Amino acid sequence: MEVDPEQSASAPVTAVPAPAVSEPHPAWQRVLLARHPKRPHSLDYIERLFTDFQEIHGDRAFGDDSAIVAGLAHFEDRPVAVVAEQKGRDTKQKLIRNFGMPKPEGYRKALRVMQLAAKFRRPVITLLDTPGAYPGIDAEERGQAEAIARNLREMSRLPVPVISVCIGEGGSGGALALGVGNVVLMMENAVYSVISPESCAAIIYRDSGKAEQAAAALRLTAEDLESYGLIDGIVPEPAGGAQENPEGAADNLRGFLRRYLDELSALSADRLVEHRYAKFRKMGNFFA
Amino acid sequence: MSWFKRDKPAGEKLPTLETGERRVRTEGLWQKCEGCRQIIWKKDLEANWNVCPKCGSHSRIDAIARLKLLCDDGAYLEFDAGLASSDPLGFVDSKPYRDRLLETQETTNLADALISVAGKLDGRPVHMCSMEPKFIGGSMGSVVGEKIARAIERAIEKRTPLIIVSASGGARMQEGAISLMQMAKISAALMRMDEARLPYISVLTDPTTGGVTASFAMLGDLNIAEPGALIGFAGPRVIEQTIRQKLPEGFQRSEFLLKHGMLDAVVPRLEMKSFLSKSLKFFAG
Repeated sequence: MEVDPEQSASAPVTAVPAPAVSEPHPAWQRVLLARHPKRPHSLDYIERLFTDFQEIHGDRAFGDDSAIVAGLAHFEDRPVAVVAEQKGRDTKQKLIRNFGMPKPEGYRKALRVMQLAAKFRRPVITLLDTPGAYPGIDAEERGQAEAIARNLREMSRLPVPVISVCIGEGGSGGALALGVGNVVLMMENAVYSVISPESCAAIIYRDSGKAEQAAAALRLTAEDLESYGLIDGIVPEPAGGAQENPEGAADNLRGFLRRYLDELSALSADRLVEHRYAKFRKMGNFFA
Repeated sequence: MSWFKRDKPAGEKLPTLETGERRVRTEGLWQKCEGCRQIIWKKDLEANWNVCPKCGSHSRIDAIARLKLLCDDGAYLEFDAGLASSDPLGFVDSKPYRDRLLETQETTNLADALISVAGKLDGRPVHMCSMEPKFIGGSMGSVVGEKIARAIERAIEKRTPLIIVSASGGARMQEGAISLMQMAKISAALMRMDEARLPYISVLTDPTTGGVTASFAMLGDLNIAEPGALIGFAGPRVIEQTIRQKLPEGFQRSEFLLKHGMLDAVVPRLEMKSFLSKSLKFFAG
């Protein structure tokens, strides 16, 4: 995999203070970019890409999870529902957003809004950006696994176009729970993985400090996922990464959304469900 | 272990060495129950499907024993037995994934962590999948995902119920995001099963965690578990590290999930077949 020299120059290489390592592994650079403190988050894209965004709250059962933002909006005069994971920038926001780690009520809110969109035949756009679903006692008590599982099954039968974009960290099931789209895109410097590099390193090397090695082994970059047929496209980012020019990144994404919304809107409800099923059904044919 | 020498059951032959010296082999004859800490004659334990005859605690059984327990006469027809992972990532940890697969295939005599079969349950044709926790933690990669997806399609085509017995640590790290996407693939196939209005019963056994719980294991028309099984999304160690406090007693065990409304029932292993049979009778007449 190749990395634009300009981009690696602006990558936060200082985060790896290992003098013996001249430059971090390209996959690890992507992880650092995907988590860059200035990287645009969901709300940064929402305000640039949509008009008339009206947030709607709550799962109608337990509470409202601020790690997931959902709402009704327009994309270039076309009504769409937006469901997104939101991380938070400063400490206060991070706490409010729970560092972008949704709880079951967040996933249930997401599903409620997607099904609302389906009822009125509006397309759904989801933005994925989470370190993972929240691993805590309360989340387990309220059925974190059930909430994610249900989203996977129910998203697969939404009779409307669904476009999912991994804009930063695609943290395992916590991201996939919003990611069953007809079209799944990744921003160029986003990562999407079954496990965080730190946790992976803790398990296989018994040392979470070897996250860089794990990041390389996990094949979590946009190019990797595209090469395995797991995503449908890569949205280019401005030189140096989206944090250098959020406007540019949003403009690039706009072009992709327009194109895929046009294509998918031509399909009937049955065809959309069939299209999504066929796409996921053939994922991972790596056996002999 | 000399204490147990005299408990040798009558009829068991003592091995005689060439020198004529008599020796008693006691290794592996006894097992300590994890529940009541009592020493149990291993054959008694096995005859009782690894449920402690003294305290009723359930220890794990392998995928084949599970199928023998649930299928009429222990008979079934296996599908996709040879499907094996091609190591798409070229993953290397403490040893290459390819080597790990070969070793595990040798020791378990299975190609991957799940057995997919057709059999009969109290005379009713069913499709059944059984996971093997000894195969890389019962983890789900492309092979497990594909075998379940095919089992679902077969069940739809033949219009039979489907039972999946889970025992898995979750998605298989060594196949990266490919493992992750199996969650979506299987859940989408279960959507079709749901639309076809065919019964799917998920049986959760120790342990069922991670991406397996967060996909097919929680999507049954009924989700039922064995007593005392560890069931959750995040593993207990991950949660402890995140919240930095000790977890309450019994957290993420079957009974805890039942109490919190996440399971339809907790059913002992020896009553499982009858529970399944009655449920299928309700669903399918």
